[in-house]
Order: sequence, then structure tokens, then C-alpha cells
Amino acid sequence: MLTDQIISAKSMPTLPHKTVSLTVNEKHCTLEVLPWVSLLDALREDLDLTGTKKGCDHGQCGACTVICDGKRILSCLTLAVMKNGSEITTIEGVATGGELHPLQKAFIEHDAFQCGYCTPGQICSAIGMFQEGKALTRAEVKELMSGNLCRCGANTNIIDAIMEVKAQMSHE
Amino acid sequence: MNNFSYTQAKNRDDAIALSGMGPGSQFIAGGTNLIDLMKYNITRPNALVDINAIEDFHAIRESANGGLSLGALVTNAATAYHPLVEQRYPLLSRAILAGASAQIRNMATNGGNLLQRTRCYYFYDTNTPCNKREPGSGCPAIEGYNRTMAIMGTSEHCIAVFPSDMSVALAALNASVQVSGPEGSRNIPFSDFHRLPGNTPHIDNCMSRNELITSIELPANGFSNHYSYLKIRDRNSYAFALVSVATGLELEEGVIKNARIALGGVAHKPWRVKEAEDFLQNKEPAAENFWYAAEMILKGAKTFQFNAFKVELAKRAIVRNCIMALNPECQLPGAQASA
Repeated sequence: MLTDQIISAKSMPTLPHKTVSLTVNEKHCTLEVLPWVSLLDALREDLDLTGTKKGCDHGQCGACTVICDGKRILSCLTLAVMKNGSEITTIEGVATGGELHPLQKAFIEHDAFQCGYCTPGQICSAIGMFQEGKALTRAEVKELMSGNLCRCGANTNIIDAIMEVKAQMSHE
Repeated sequence: MNNFSYTQAKNRDDAIALSGMGPGSQFIAGGTNLIDLMKYNITRPNALVDINAIEDFHAIRESANGGLSLGALVTNAATAYHPLVEQRYPLLSRAILAGASAQIRNMATNGGNLLQRTRCYYFYDTNTPCNKREPGSGCPAIEGYNRTMAIMGTSEHCIAVFPSDMSVALAALNASVQVSGPEGSRNIPFSDFHRLPGNTPHIDNCMSRNELITSIELPANGFSNHYSYLKIRDRNSYAFALVSVATGLELEEGVIKNARIALGGVAHKPWRVKEAEDFLQNKEPAAENFWYAAEMILKGAKTFQFNAFKVELAKRAIVRNCIMALNPECQLPGAQASA
């Protein structure tokens, strides 16, 4: 029986890996991935960028938010193979030259994380929201950040941190 | 998720040819619904044909009849925030922005929005029967927890609702869907695009297997002066509608010249009742007339154990939304176009 199993394992077809080129946090990389690997899993497991979090894995919590070609997206609801040639920024790429991003500083100042699990997605999402330029009031910020479900008490502090950075940006 | 092969289509003809390679092949665009369904093991394609590289489907263009043509691959966000959509079809902008989350709207495409599948709990739970997921297996929703389910156009086989917000506005706007397949291209009026469940609830729309949506066509009249989209849901944001209403009104000297009212969250497709829209013609835009129209729209409602509340909810939502449509400025922020 055991021999049969070994033979059948040997006769398995080779898995259809695809070559994917990505620029992640300004570094170019080439990956060999299977078609069914999500971008989230490729970032975390192939590139060892574990800052992007796997929360619900069904597009409902926003913990996996990354910025892809300038837009915030959910890395759990796309396949790595579909993003061939894309430029991606994860939480590991938002600081510049050892200097924290203003949002990272504001999150610390406002105590905007408790367990911190949703934080990378919240920060990437807020950066994407700033680039979209649609959230003008606090109510609009809350609405346009509602795809990031923080389930703890930090949410008001998160919004405070975002509003502070927004105000700094409008004074620049 | 099951294993599958993956191919990228270069153009429309290529996509149609690739999709004909096997019965288990599926197109993928934004993937926000399809990948989720695949993770739940509800959809198990053996081949994915990625259509994102088809340049032609990425544009919003003005059409010869004064309307707009929305490319199938333009994202929901890019459509909602497009200056021509915001100016001429603000109802569509509002409806799109009332749906999903910013991240999902950045990924989801116009064509995919129309093809998303129901969020019925029983459809999503592969441990239960579901006629939509597995034809002939039964519908536990009818005798089950049916609070979110349909009250119009149901059958003994299915009481699921169609979840798209965008489609409710497209129904009110009399849009049409341009599709292409091995037999050529055709234009489908929006009211004919989605199907009622009948005996075949597993078939959501009238497209055949190898066809794909190329664009959504909007007629010239966008009801940009008097419009409103109202979405009633359990959570104020990022939830599907219990009931939603898209209203477009044209007024002339204080009288309604043209009224459109479409409901979401109540049926297997966006719901319109022509009799009610006709009734409003040449009437004053007064609450009692909107109440009368609402009664006409909900006349045929059939409720189940937990969703009878939707009838009264829908009537009140219709009246409130028609009143809000008179002065779109009074709509609350949230599902709002850019300033």
C-alpha cells in the first residue's frame, strides 16, 4: 500500500507555477507562485513581509490593506499572479530613511492601537484615502475608513490620528 | 480554494476564445466576489481567464446619443468619482459609494458588480442545501432565518436577494448592458438583464456562458437635478441593504413630469413598478402621492416569518427618498460625491 502511495505521489503532475514580477516597497522582486496564491499570502510567506495582516481573509476587515499602483486594495481578495508588474507599498515601506511616516507618529501620539493587529491596514488605508482626496470632514473620514474594522476601543483614537495628519497636510 | 489554471486574455476575441476552452472556465476582473466565493468553495473553476489587460474596457466615453458608456473594467471608485458621472448621473455615484468599502470599490469593476452573487446565508454555507448553489437541493431560507431575504418576485425554490447597489441606480436610469460572445455583440435593457429565480434560481442573469460584459450604456437623461439613493441597513456603513431606494424625478413648474423608483434588497433583481411611476406623472411632488406610489409598488409583496418588516420599511423608505430627491442637498454625508 505504502509503495502504491509513493508511486502515485511521484506521478503527480508538476504544479503550474507562474513567474510574477513585483516592485514591493521600491524593491524589485521576482516570485514563482501558484495561480491560487493570494497577494496577501505571497507578501507574507514568499517575501516575508508579515506587517500586512491576515484577518478575516474574506475582504471584510481591511487588515490586509496595501497600496497597489497608488490605490488602496485588499491583498486577500486578489491573486498574486494578477498583480504582475504592479508597484506595491506595504506598512514596511511607508517610513522613509528611518523616519516614521507622519501617520505612524500620530498613531503613537494618539494611542491609536491596542493590540495593533489592524494598525498596518489602517495606516495603509489612510494613506490611500489621503491620495484619493475625497474625505474632507470627520464624518467623511469615518465613512471612507469604514472598510477597516477595528473591533477595539482604539477606533476614535485612530480617527483622531488621521484628522491630525490631515490638518498638518492642509497647512503645508 | 481549488486548484485552477490561469491565463491572461489580450483582447476581447482572445477572452471569448479562451473561455470556450472548457465548461469550468470563468472570467476574472476585480475578483472581489469571485475569489471570496472560491475561498468558501462555492465556486470551483478549473480555469480562470483574467480579462484585466483588455485596454478597450477601461474607458468611460461619451456616446453619440448624449449618454455615457461605462467600460466593464473601470473600477467602481473610478466610475463614482468620474467628473461626468458626478455631474450627469449623481444618483449612480451615490449608489456606488453606498456599497462595499473604499478598498473594494478600488478593485471591483462595473461588469463584475452586475455579476456578483447573492449574499444569502444559506448560499454561502456549503453545509446547507441551496437551490442556487446546488440546483434541486432545496431552500432552507424559506422556512429558516429569512430576515434579509426577498419579498417580491420569489419562487418556491429561492428567496435570495441581489446585493448590488450600483444596479439599483442603473435600473432607475434605464441603463443597458452591452455584452459580447462567440455569436457577436448584443445590448440588453437593464430590466431584462437579471432574472427572477423561478425554477432555475442558479441562473442569475440572461447572459450565456461564453459572453462577457463589455460596457454599461447610460441614456442621456441622468435625473441630475432631483435624485436620491437611500440605503437602509443594520450597520451605517459597509453592509448590504435591507432595503434601498433609487429615485430620479423630473419636475416642471412644480409638477412631476417623469418619475423613476427602483428598490434594492427586496428581490432577485432591482425592482421597479411602472404603474407607480406612471401614477406620479403630472402629480404634485407631495408626500401623499409618494405614499400612494409606495403602496402600489409593495402591493404584490409576499413575506416570510422574519422579513415582514421590510414591507413597511420599503414604503417609508420610498416616501422619504422621493422627498429627499426634491432637494438632493439634504442627503446625509457618507455616500456622497466629492465636493
